[in-house]
Amino acid sequence: MKKVLQQLGKYKRDTFLCIGLTALEVIMEILMPFVTAIIIDRGLEVSNLSVVYRYGALMVAIAFLSLIFGALAGKNAASAASGMSANLREAIYANIQTFSFSNIDKFSVPGLVTRMTTDITNVQNAYMMIIRVAVRAPLNLVFSYAMCLIISPRLSLMFLIAVVFLVAVIGSIMVVTLKIFRQVFQRYDDLNASVQENVTAIRVVKAFVREDYENKKFSKASKMLYDLSVKAEGLLAFNNPAMMVAVYFCIISVSWLGAQFIVGGSLTTGDLTSLFSYIMSLLMSLMMLSMVVVMISMSMASIRRISEVLNEKADLTDPENPVADVADGSIDFNHVNFSYKKGSGKNALTDIDLHIKSGETIGVIGGTGSGKSSLVNLICRLYDVDSGSVCVGGTDVRKYDTEVLRNQVSVVLQKNTLFSGTILENLRWGNPDATDEECVEACRAACADEFIDRMPDGYRTRIERGGSNVSGGQKQRLCIARALLKKPKVLILDDSTSAVDTSTDASIRAAFAKKIPGTTKIIIAQRVSSVESADRILVLDDGRIDAFDTHENLLKTNAIYQDIYNSQLEGSGDFDQPA
Amino acid sequence: MNEKANAKKPEGRMNTATRLINRVIRYMLHYYKIPFLIVLACILVTAIATVVGATFPQKLVDDYITPMLQNGSRDFSGLASDLVQLVCIMALGVITAFSYNRIMVNVSQGTMRRLRDDLFSRMESLPIKYFDTHAHGDIMSVYTNDVDTLRQLLSQSIPQIINSVITMAATLVTMIILNPALTVISILTAVVMLLVTSNFSKLSGKYFIRQQIDLGAVDGFIEEMLDGQKVVKVFCHEEAAKRDFHEVNERLRDSTNKANRYANLLMPINANIGWISYALVAIVGAVLGINGLAGVTIGTVVTFVGLNKSFTNPITQVSQQINFVVNAAAGAQRVFDLMDQTPEADDGYVELVNAVEDENGNLTESPVRTNLWAWKHPHKAEGTVTYTRQEGGVVFDDVDFGYDENKIVLHNISLYAKPGQKIAFVGATGAGKTTITNLINRFYDIADGKIRYDGININKIKKPDLRRSLGMVLQDTHLFTGTVMDNIHYGKLDATDEECIKAAKLANADGFIRRLPEGYDTMLTGDGANLSQGQRQLLAIARAAVADPPALILDEATSSIDTRTEKLVQAGMDALMKGRTTFVIAHRLSTVKNSNCIMVMEQGRIIERGTHDELIAAKGKYYQLYTGNFVSA
Repeated sequence: MKKVLQQLGKYKRDTFLCIGLTALEVIMEILMPFVTAIIIDRGLEVSNLSVVYRYGALMVAIAFLSLIFGALAGKNAASAASGMSANLREAIYANIQTFSFSNIDKFSVPGLVTRMTTDITNVQNAYMMIIRVAVRAPLNLVFSYAMCLIISPRLSLMFLIAVVFLVAVIGSIMVVTLKIFRQVFQRYDDLNASVQENVTAIRVVKAFVREDYENKKFSKASKMLYDLSVKAEGLLAFNNPAMMVAVYFCIISVSWLGAQFIVGGSLTTGDLTSLFSYIMSLLMSLMMLSMVVVMISMSMASIRRISEVLNEKADLTDPENPVADVADGSIDFNHVNFSYKKGSGKNALTDIDLHIKSGETIGVIGGTGSGKSSLVNLICRLYDVDSGSVCVGGTDVRKYDTEVLRNQVSVVLQKNTLFSGTILENLRWGNPDATDEECVEACRAACADEFIDRMPDGYRTRIERGGSNVSGGQKQRLCIARALLKKPKVLILDDSTSAVDTSTDASIRAAFAKKIPGTTKIIIAQRVSSVESADRILVLDDGRIDAFDTHENLLKTNAIYQDIYNSQLEGSGDFDQPA
Repeated sequence: MNEKANAKKPEGRMNTATRLINRVIRYMLHYYKIPFLIVLACILVTAIATVVGATFPQKLVDDYITPMLQNGSRDFSGLASDLVQLVCIMALGVITAFSYNRIMVNVSQGTMRRLRDDLFSRMESLPIKYFDTHAHGDIMSVYTNDVDTLRQLLSQSIPQIINSVITMAATLVTMIILNPALTVISILTAVVMLLVTSNFSKLSGKYFIRQQIDLGAVDGFIEEMLDGQKVVKVFCHEEAAKRDFHEVNERLRDSTNKANRYANLLMPINANIGWISYALVAIVGAVLGINGLAGVTIGTVVTFVGLNKSFTNPITQVSQQINFVVNAAAGAQRVFDLMDQTPEADDGYVELVNAVEDENGNLTESPVRTNLWAWKHPHKAEGTVTYTRQEGGVVFDDVDFGYDENKIVLHNISLYAKPGQKIAFVGATGAGKTTITNLINRFYDIADGKIRYDGININKIKKPDLRRSLGMVLQDTHLFTGTVMDNIHYGKLDATDEECIKAAKLANADGFIRRLPEGYDTMLTGDGANLSQGQRQLLAIARAAVADPPALILDEATSSIDTRTEKLVQAGMDALMKGRTTFVIAHRLSTVKNSNCIMVMEQGRIIERGTHDELIAAKGKYYQLYTGNFVSA
């Protein structure tokens, strides 16, 4: 809650303006009954035209003032609420940017999207309502009750009973519904996840003709959401009738007692009429407050979900005095143990002890799940080790400024992404200041130039969302070019040429050897042909180093390597090649 | 404003917002006519109870207190019995109020549920092209943000508006009876208020629509960036990402601000027009009354100013609901946009049925599952039905295709695959290999030429039957939330667990599945994020295997399986392909080598075709590829 309100920032002023202006508007509104009383009592009842004229004019003037205050309050409320929600979105987004990989793994994308849209919209609407009513309702409440007390202390006891009744009923409804709303939001997430799944996997759904099956599955999820929502809102349906009970109780008790008091001489008819109008105003304010409570309780769940993201602390933080320079491209793993879930006892890597000299080309090979990706992810500190240490340029990666480290250790991820924008824009992710020539140069090294040149708009061709208009192999080469533009000291290719044909793969490697000889290159691959020319090849098996030697030696001594080699011996043809 | 009244006007004359709200209401009425009628009746009773309650104080003074004061009696029995009557009316009012509030919960939530279900099933029926051309986040936003805007409309605004209209009508009648002359002022005021309301709501409506569009854009942006968040991290691109986000976010802030600003103006303006009208009635009434004109007495004026207030109040209350209504109209527009998309057309009438063969080789339809499938081909002209054995023969006859009508990407494709044959496509990415396979199962429709399946034009075959007869392992593997077993079941919903495990064994997925913490019961979430690429593909193969289709389309399915298991997968695949017509987009030599025919593709054309040996002998493109001597220019 506090965290959320902090995001008001510069819109705090608008909030206070709104509250202040509403207060003025309410004062105008409170004045109105006095003016009407004067018009009736001293004007109409005694046929005094000049009083009607004068107070009529005053009424119009007050109405205009009230209109102006009200309009300005409304304007400020809109600006404060929309400003706060914009700031909230920005704060969440900024915080996500600080997340480490393991933080990212924790939240699902649809979950984050709902938080940043639906949840924030809820909070925004609630906030606008609250600041418009925050002053109005209490002011009205206090004023009306004060007037009741002045007119008849005995009768105001009746109102107190009504108020207590209302507070008790609405309060207990709130407590219960709040709990249910929490579950409702959980269901919402599930439903959204299922929509997202279907949007992305629509080809699978259609290929298997599973439209009806998916419809049924969705229907079931939406029914669960429906049931819970009905349960929550069904309770809220008591609010309005409870309010009516309170109002009617007041009307009846005041009618009965009031009539007796008047006849008994302790109350006047005029007083009674005023009392009725104050009761209405009193209970209306209470109703407004209860609406605010509903809004708050509904948005509480949203606020909690927003805070969850806002409060999520990045679990990798920069050290106090970060090292701002990477000496060279040497890499050392000192007895590293690593697991994705600390303390789960399921190590992704076990006792890795490995020393790579600057400028070496290292191949990494091993079966699915043998820990190849985990190994390289530690080098640019996408995750932290459980024990042992990883050093780049002789310095523990945890001692570097992360940005410096990641600029010098460039990794082409296995699951890579291009973003909507031109090819050039995508390339400049690697280096925002790269000239067009440098970009072309990088593409040439990554063998991406030939297909880019064939595109109608060349380097200015727009890449669609997620790179859907380029093929897998083209995407991989663009991603390599993007990484090259960083001019890193260490370059890591995590199975980044799997969709590129063998000959292009070879020319990319040849270009590396020629153009960036000083850069340490780590190449994870499935194909022996991709790694055989490496200085040394690391064979991983089940998170442990099985062997680390040259191609020739491994062929002689290592069983796993021999096995892989033999399976690929007969023809290395991969037919996904550039035309 | 007054939806009920507008519903009868011709559509063309209504503005967009009204039309949309109308459609929402019609949608609701379609499912909840009777509950809604009950709600209407309840609101009517509640409104009457409210009016009775509100006018009682006047009656109290006029009928009891004043006479009592005048004649000094202390007899409260009349009042007591009146109060008892009042309590009954009020109790009825409370009951009806609760009833309509409670029923409305079911109506509004139920309408939203049906809306979601309808949206979803409509979405499932849309052609692949729709998903190619719409940002996924934007589609998502319809479910989350847009459907949500209707909740307030259905549960609060509509009952409130109906309530207000009833109250206004009752008050208007009373006013006309009391004094028609003064009523004119009230009506004029009401007209002014309505004009203000409609103008401001149009203005804010414009921005509410823009807000929903901007919200969709923010949604799309967040989704794209968060999907690639790891890349953002690796490139230290956080600051730039924030800058870009700021831009879309600022647009949303601006439209939200403007939309709400105009909506917020309504209440103060209407409330104060109400007060100005009060002053006007008082002044005009006083002038008329004192001069004894138009039958106005001072007593009338006193009552009338009160009535005038209760006449204008509902308009103010309604205007409070306006921003919900306008916002809902904006949401409804996007909801109905999706709902109105044309679903994938299916004019097919040839069905795939189980068949039995008699001793003469004639096929007849069988109600039980046999291992024999046939195409049931009704001939309308003669009124006969013929059965053709489903074998998996596919013929392309001079097919042209373009994703966009003006840009043909496949030219003059002709090929034939005899039942059980294996056809391999090789060639550059982007040469059109995937596109060809997407035409066979009619993900896209061809521009020219013909594709025949077992001699039948595929346009005549019902799409579900066509697709069911073709197994598919796609380039991008997608898994669903559920257990591993559920995901394999996806291929054949009525498969037994044993069949699934058998399929997993065939695909060599069984080994890794058993090593998962909970084996086949391991939950997969987020598109199988907890599995490696290779494992996901093994599952996809198992999923296709359990479906046991007569023809197969394999699209680069084996590319990221590590080489050690690839051999095993290959063996499994070969077993799977045996006896089935297979179209394979090939990476691996072993796959290509034992194909019956290899199509070498380049820029949307088949440039070479033949068996491995023939193509090697020809020393063309294929030869270059095979020997790896190809050097890119």
